[in-house]
Amino acid sequence: MLTEEKKKEIKKFAKSIRLETMKELGNLGFGHIGGSMSIVELLAVLYGEVMNVDPKNPKMEDRDWLVVSKGHSGPAVYATLALKGFFDKELLKTLNKGGTDLPSHCDRNHTPGIDMSTGSLGQGISMALGIAMGNALDKRDNFVYAILGDGECQEGQVWEAFLYAGNHPMKNLIVFVDNNKQQLDGYTDDINSIGDIRTKIEDFGWFSQEVDGHNVEQIYEAIKRAQSSDKSSAIVLDTIKGKGCSFAEGVELNHHMKFKKEQMDEAIEVLLKEGDE
Amino acid sequence: MTVKISKTHNKSKVLMKDVYIDNLIERAKEDKRIVVLDADLMNSNGTIKFKKAFPDRGIDVGIQEANMIGMAAGLSATGKIPFTHTFSCFNARRALDQIYLAVSYNKLNVKIVGTDPGVLAAYNGGTHMPLEDVGMMRGIPTMKIIEPTDPVMLDYLIDQILQDYGPMYIRLQRKDAAEIYEKGSEFEIGKGVLVKDGTDLTIIASGIMVEEAIKASAILEGKNISARIVDLFTLKPVDAEIIIESAKKTGAILTAENHNVHNGLASAVSEVLVKNYPVPLEMIGIQDLFGEVGQVDYLMKRFELTAEDIVKKAEKLLARK
Ligand SMILES: Cc1ncc(C[n+]2csc(CCOP(=O)(O)OP(=O)(O)O)c2C)c(N)n1
Repeated sequence: MLTEEKKKEIKKFAKSIRLETMKELGNLGFGHIGGSMSIVELLAVLYGEVMNVDPKNPKMEDRDWLVVSKGHSGPAVYATLALKGFFDKELLKTLNKGGTDLPSHCDRNHTPGIDMSTGSLGQGISMALGIAMGNALDKRDNFVYAILGDGECQEGQVWEAFLYAGNHPMKNLIVFVDNNKQQLDGYTDDINSIGDIRTKIEDFGWFSQEVDGHNVEQIYEAIKRAQSSDKSSAIVLDTIKGKGCSFAEGVELNHHMKFKKEQMDEAIEVLLKEGDE
Repeated sequence: MTVKISKTHNKSKVLMKDVYIDNLIERAKEDKRIVVLDADLMNSNGTIKFKKAFPDRGIDVGIQEANMIGMAAGLSATGKIPFTHTFSCFNARRALDQIYLAVSYNKLNVKIVGTDPGVLAAYNGGTHMPLEDVGMMRGIPTMKIIEPTDPVMLDYLIDQILQDYGPMYIRLQRKDAAEIYEKGSEFEIGKGVLVKDGTDLTIIASGIMVEEAIKASAILEGKNISARIVDLFTLKPVDAEIIIESAKKTGAILTAENHNVHNGLASAVSEVLVKNYPVPLEMIGIQDLFGEVGQVDYLMKRFELTAEDIVKKAEKLLARK
């Protein structure tokens, strides 16, 4: 159980991540706003409470790992890592600029704290599975987390990994599906529905849960339950694409948007005015 | 086959993706065989227009490139002409086996469109930047590969693309392109285009590098170096005749491509030359590196693809003559 104080702290962290991500994208004038905003609470729980990582020693042997398979959410991950002290916040201003260490898609060759390079959807779950196997072979008692998109689950490779890790359980593997119900071209249900994704994954032999992906307590509790399961674990997060960014939330085509700096400043104002509950 | 070269090379007002899809929509009104498939990039590639015009023949499969290519093979087996779409990187990399067996080995008729080739992947960065797609496609027997240079050429080629039976990879920039040709120009798949005659060296270029070659030749002119320019927009089957003729006329060849120098245009041209008429050759292109994120201008400099880079390489080449 999270103490009230801890809960408040994580929520505050989430708000800071959201704000920094919006500033970072606002500077650039375009980017993957939708899928960045929907995983903010998850990132806040992972980096605010759950994951054992050391910003001064990002490659620490027995750290917990994170594979952001929906690599286009880089901007939110970078904001989180900067706030955690993995690198200077100033770096966020270089997002996507020539020569930057913060490319639009997560890149382990460039960014301290990024464990795997991603961007071609469908690959991250297999990488996470392999990392989990390697850590188990070396008898480490750490965890490997992965974040997938709901649209991403249309890739066959995702189901190859679900099948394998169902048959060969990895208790150190916890996979999140950011079920924001939207992909690039619109609503996932209209394009190629993934249906009842929680049950589908369960049918593949996983311990599979579903929680409100913007509720930090629910996310935390689900992770705790997953950690004590002997199976490979999945947590489907019921989320909203573009969550908290006023001009993006609720818009059908909010995957990659162009915006004026003033538009983003306005959205930041709106967010700042919101209460903390 | 006659071409008129435009006097200025401004960026086109029309987008390549619009020229392409508007033309295809026109044909599809008569030709019921045309089916358009895309893998959750309809809004990026512009194919959404086709889906709106023909809801039953405009198919968004979602994020599943391999399944899309397999489905296209099946559609072709029933007599349809499927055009598949995704970024260039996700064709060759995620569905090569399907392109090889389901489509090509089965002798089926699928047109595979890859958008944002090479440095045009710009802000999508190193994880996406397709610098190997031509190489991978070139290794498949019967595969044809074209890279339409500008809106005039693209518009003109749609007819031939439709008439040609068999697998074809179309490497397509989707935004505005430098205008190289004037309306009324004619092109033929498999035939290189003589953009400009010259005597000291030939720059054989494709895609966005044709514009850079033209700019470079103007700089070279000032140094009393006369460059011939060939637009080799068909990368397979390659036009051996124009390559050999260029070697004979100018005695030196400089290839220029928005792709790894391995397995693309440079390799194709070299293969023809070593067998027929070897002359000194230099290669402009990505020197076997992964891509990076950034603006196109930045990337052109970073990977030494600019007109200035061509000029430098041309001088080096001439010293070897
Ligand atoms: C293999 C592959 N195909 C296509 C793309 C282009 N693309 C980037 S993000 C995206 C949509 C992702 O949707 P989803 O997985 O639901 O992520 P989210 O909505 O959380 O952003 C697409 C099609 C890609 N990156 N990789």
